[in-house]
Amino acid sequence: MSTWLRNNALVASAALAAVLLTLAIALVAFYAPLDQDGLNQKIFYFHVPIALTAYACFGWGAWKGLLHLWKRTPGADLESYVAIHLGVIFGAMTLVTGSIWAKYRWGHWWLWSEKQLVLFLVLFLFYSAYFMLRFSVEPGPRQANLSAVYSLFGVVLIPISFLAIRLANAYIHPIAFTSHGPQMAGSQFFTFCVCLAAMLSLFAALYHLELAGKRLDAHLRELRELLG
Amino acid sequence: MRGYVGDVAALARKDLLLEVRSRDTLPAMLIFVAAALVIFHFALPSGTGELAGLGLLWVAIVFTALLGLSRAFVAEREQGVLDGLVLAPSDRSAIWLGKSLAALTFLVLAEAIALPLFAIFFSSVDGATIAAVALADIGICAVGVFVSAMATATRARELLLPVLFLPLAIPVIVGGVGASVADSAGRYLGFLALYDALFATICWASFEYVVTE
Amino acid sequence: MIHVRGLSKRYGAKRIFEGLELDVERGGFVLVTGPNGSGKTTLLRIAAGLAYPSAGEIDVEVERRELGFLAHESLVYRELTALENLELYGRLYRVPERRERCGMLLERFGLWDSRNERVSSFSRGMVQRLALCRVFLHEPELFLLDEPFSALDAEGAELLERELASRHGHATFLVATHEPERLEPLATARLAFA
Repeated sequence: MSTWLRNNALVASAALAAVLLTLAIALVAFYAPLDQDGLNQKIFYFHVPIALTAYACFGWGAWKGLLHLWKRTPGADLESYVAIHLGVIFGAMTLVTGSIWAKYRWGHWWLWSEKQLVLFLVLFLFYSAYFMLRFSVEPGPRQANLSAVYSLFGVVLIPISFLAIRLANAYIHPIAFTSHGPQMAGSQFFTFCVCLAAMLSLFAALYHLELAGKRLDAHLRELRELLG
Repeated sequence: MRGYVGDVAALARKDLLLEVRSRDTLPAMLIFVAAALVIFHFALPSGTGELAGLGLLWVAIVFTALLGLSRAFVAEREQGVLDGLVLAPSDRSAIWLGKSLAALTFLVLAEAIALPLFAIFFSSVDGATIAAVALADIGICAVGVFVSAMATATRARELLLPVLFLPLAIPVIVGGVGASVADSAGRYLGFLALYDALFATICWASFEYVVTE
Repeated sequence: MIHVRGLSKRYGAKRIFEGLELDVERGGFVLVTGPNGSGKTTLLRIAAGLAYPSAGEIDVEVERRELGFLAHESLVYRELTALENLELYGRLYRVPERRERCGMLLERFGLWDSRNERVSSFSRGMVQRLALCRVFLHEPELFLLDEPFSALDAEGAELLERELASRHGHATFLVATHEPERLEPLATARLAFA
C-alpha cells in the first residue's frame, strides 16, 4: 500500500486535495456559524490555514536543504526549491487574505499592528531574496549549497522575527488559538481543522505536481545532451 | 582548539593589516555615518521628538555596517585567494570568524565616532543604548560577513548583499531600537543576545558549505 | 594515490570532459596536456576538492594538509608582503619552524631581497615565484600544479626544475602544462585532453 502511495503521490495528493477543498468550502459556506465578527470572519478559515501551510512549506524546504548539505541526498535541492517556491506563493496568499480581513474588520488594507501580516512581509522579503540568490549562481553544486544554507537561515529567522514583531508591537491581532482557542466552538474548530488539512494537502499536490514537471525537464535536458 | 584560535587570530590580524595598508573601508564608513546623521537632521520635521532620532541612529548603524561589509571579501576575490584559504587544513569556519572579528573592529571604530556625534547632534545616548549597540554589532558582523561571502560567490556580487542582509537585520533593529526607547531595556537586550547566539551558531556551522562545492 | 572513474564535469550546458579514467600511484609524475579550455584546470580543481564532479568518482588519498595546489591565480594577497603572505599560509598549514622555513624558501626562489615588499610591486615572474614558495612551504605529498612555468624567466624555470627533480619519486605530481617537453624526463605517465 505504501509503495503504491509513493509511486502515485501526485495522483493521491491531488485527489485528497480536491476532496478536502470541496469539503472545506462547503463547511465554511454553510456549516460554520457566524460569530460577532460577521461574514468577514469566514476569511479567517482560509487566512490562518494558508499561513500555517506557508510555514510548513518553508520548514519542509529547510529540511530538504539540510538533507542536501548533510547527506548529499540527490534531488534534495530541487525538492527544497519547489517547497520554498510554493511557500512564497502561500505567503503571498497570506498577505492578500490577511489584507482583505484587515480591510473589512478595521477599514485599512494594511496594519502594522497585525503581527502575522508583518511577519509574512519580512519572510516574503527574505524568501524573495532566496530567488535572487539562486538565480544569480550557475546551476550546480554551488547553487544547491548556497540555496540550502539560506533556507536554513530562513527557518531560524521565522521564530526570531515572530519574537521581534511581538516585542515591537502593541498587540491588536486576534490570534485564533488564544482568543478563540479552546473557546472556539466545536463546529468552528472542526471547520478550521478541515480547512487546515485542505491547505496542507493542496501544498502536497502542488509540490508533487511541480516536482514531476521539473524532473521531467531535467530528464529531457539529459536526453538532449546525450543526443547532442 | 589552540590551533583553531591561532588560525582565527592570524586571519583577523591579516584583515586588520590589509585595512591599515589600503585605508579604504574605515574612512568611507566614518564619512558615511557622519553624512547620514546630517541627512537625518534634515529628514526629521520639527515635533517628531527624540525617539525618532534614536530610531534613525539604528538605521545609520545598519547601513554603515552594510557599506563596510560590501568590502569584506574583496581582497580574497582578487588573485583567487579564497581558494588558498579554503584549501588550507584549518577549519573553514575560521575564515568566517576571523573576518567577523575584523569587521566588528571596524564597526566599533565607526561607532566610536558616530555615537558621540549623535549625542551632539540629537540627544544623549544612555547605557542601555550602548549595551544594545555592542550586542547588535556582534549579530550584524556575524551575519553580515556570512552573507557577504554568499554574495561574493554569485554573479551579482555586491548588488546582492543588501538584499540578503537587510531582512536578517530587521530583528536587530527591533532589539536595538527597543532597548534605546523602551522603559525596560532588559527584554530587548536579552533578545539581541538570543539573536547573536542563534545566528552565530548557524553561521559557524554552515560556513563550510558557502565556500565549497 | 589518485583514482578516477568515469569522471565528468559540466558547467550548465557546456561539457568540459566526460568519462575520464585515471590512476596515479604514489611517487608518480603525470603530465596533463591539451589546448586551452580542454579541462586540465578543471581536473586539477576537482582533484584539489575545489570543484565537485558532475558524474563519476574521484578518490584522492591525501588530506588537505598534504596537498599542494598551484592555480592560474597566485593565491597571494597583493597588499601584504611576500613574507607576510608566506607566514599566513605557514600558520594555517601548521608549518614547523615557520619563520625559518619561509625565509629559506624565499631565498631558494630568489625572493629574499624582496621579502618585505608588497606583492603589488612585484613583476609577474616574481609573483609566480612567490606562488611556488607557497606550494612548497608545507612539503606536500601530492602536488597539483597548473602551468607552473608560466611567467617564469630562465632562472626561475631552472629553480623550479631543480625543486621538482629533487622530489621526484618521493612526492606525487599531477602537472598541467603547455610545454611538456621540459618535464618529459620526469614524467611517468601522460594524460592528453582533446
